[in-house]
Amino acid sequence: MRVLGRLLPYRTALGLLVLFLLYPLIDHNAGHINSAADAAVFVLLALGLNIVVGFAGLLDLGYAAFFAIGSYTYALAASPFYHVHLPFWPMLLVAALTAGVFGILLGAPTLRLRGDYLAIVTLGFGEIVPTVFLNLPKYTGGTNGVVGIDQPVLFGYQFGFNPTPYYYTLIAIIMVSVVAILRLRDSRLGRAWLAVREDEVAAASMGVNLVATKLTAFSFGAFFSGFAGALYVAKLGVVSPDQFNFTVSFTILAMVVLGGMGNVFGVIAGAGILYEFQTLFLVDLTQWSHGLGHAWGIPLLTKLDFVNLKFLLYGLGLVFLMLLRPEGIFPERRIRAIMTERESVATEIPPADVSVADARVADSHPPRGS
Amino acid sequence: MPRTPSSGHRPADGTPPGGVLLDARGVTKAFGGLVAVNHVDFTVPHESIVSLIGPNGAGKTTFFNVIAGLYRPSAGVITLAGRDITGRKPHEIARLGIARTFQSIRVFSNMTSLENVLIGMHSHLTADPVRIIAGTRGVVVEEAAAHRDARDLLAFVGLEGREGEMAKNLAYGDQRRLEIARALALRPRLLLLDEPAAGMNPEEARRLMEFIRRLRKELRLTVLLIEHQMRVVMGVADHVTVLDHGEKIAEGTPDEIRRNPRVIEAYLGKAALA
Repeated sequence: MRVLGRLLPYRTALGLLVLFLLYPLIDHNAGHINSAADAAVFVLLALGLNIVVGFAGLLDLGYAAFFAIGSYTYALAASPFYHVHLPFWPMLLVAALTAGVFGILLGAPTLRLRGDYLAIVTLGFGEIVPTVFLNLPKYTGGTNGVVGIDQPVLFGYQFGFNPTPYYYTLIAIIMVSVVAILRLRDSRLGRAWLAVREDEVAAASMGVNLVATKLTAFSFGAFFSGFAGALYVAKLGVVSPDQFNFTVSFTILAMVVLGGMGNVFGVIAGAGILYEFQTLFLVDLTQWSHGLGHAWGIPLLTKLDFVNLKFLLYGLGLVFLMLLRPEGIFPERRIRAIMTERESVATEIPPADVSVADARVADSHPPRGS
Repeated sequence: MPRTPSSGHRPADGTPPGGVLLDARGVTKAFGGLVAVNHVDFTVPHESIVSLIGPNGAGKTTFFNVIAGLYRPSAGVITLAGRDITGRKPHEIARLGIARTFQSIRVFSNMTSLENVLIGMHSHLTADPVRIIAGTRGVVVEEAAAHRDARDLLAFVGLEGREGEMAKNLAYGDQRRLEIARALALRPRLLLLDEPAAGMNPEEARRLMEFIRRLRKELRLTVLLIEHQMRVVMGVADHVTVLDHGEKIAEGTPDEIRRNPRVIEAYLGKAALA
């Protein structure tokens, strides 16, 4: 009974979960299940990025770097490249831990930066990591990447190229991740992330270690991308640097913003919707447009390829989202509060008197007030 | 009458009442060529209410920020209960027992009152990520206790029943109370209040001073109070130090300060003395 009561707030999510569990039994189209499994990879990535961007308020434009690190960790440890064939399941955790460690290593130099500057530096890291993989052919396979990556085996059952077992594995990992992330959010650590997002100076004055708090956000964010990476390349069988270019970071960020920064379930929906939009809907739309073009004799319609136009469409979509619903489709209540601040009574409060956080670093400007 | 949140409060650390809790020696803070605080010696006895007053721009908040670790002093030594805290980071100083409020309120606007107070408890909670994710019993028990203490603290400052409200939706005076509750959650030895009566009418200011006396009596706290208006602190402070242009110009009991010609001059100008 107590368990039932605790699950009640999540009944919509649980209902949807049942639907997702039944989905491969209803839809026998392997292509659809394959794309659902890929969408699930992006759900995991969006969940991880949401910790950094949504909870801690650190704009990370190079998140694909951690996805790449997780992917390569498994690829190099379970392929003919090094003639090493470590088992998938422990490596799944190792890949996540490796990504988490790199979250700390790449997060550390950015700690003094905020806002635009942080975004630019993370953008740089996002480009550097795949470039490193590209330019070390002796160790990473360079342009060709790594091929023949081992497929998972569970109690003698070979996953092979059938998308269904990957799909179920991903659903299971997403479930565990959601529980973990919700627990983190409601803990002292999650509160510290929110406090850092709200006001660094006040947070530090309350005993919150800014360095440790930001690093744990980067690290946990990266951790979940490691799961995503290992599963993604195990399913695909190959990995190469071009799978992790800027558009991947951008797409994941768009998923988080679209779904509603800070809201775990919103972000899941955002990732699912955006992924299916680009892989299924845009393909269908292109076919419809070609069909219509031929039927009506309009050459322009037969030449349109909406899949190639996806970033134009994303851009337009985000512009309209920012105009109509800046807090995302499924906003977290706080983010909604921040986004609608202009109309609220918060303007009564006088602005901060001293920008002390910057002063600690630079000691450059004298404070106002007494 | 709300329950006093005394449970778990830091016990007296052996320093007898009247012994020195905070000691600042020759504290100087310069911003480039501007010397905001110049060689200030300052002591806060244990379980006292000490006030730092001075006209606008006297360097009071800068001195506060040096103590709280937001600025590194250009020169000088600061000790808390005999321990050197000079140049430590703000979160370290907070953990050593100095909590503060801000001149312009800095509550976490988009967090609830309860969450604001829970942030104050951050350094007293011990849950680590692994145990949090595993959802161990220890973590659950600790969280429940923290929520209970936070509710008690909110009740103590008079914000009973406002736990779930977003901090930014609270009235101005209530945000000041919330800031104090958040600072108390740190279980400090020394509470720094930066112009807590700013924006209050005389009656509200009087009630606030009563509350500050209660903090000392019931929580055995030591309070350092910055105030711009002299008369606000006269009834509450044991000891008053006056800063002007970054320098200490007087110190003593409120009565001595009230009669001190240098203080009158600083506040009212030379003409007032003539």
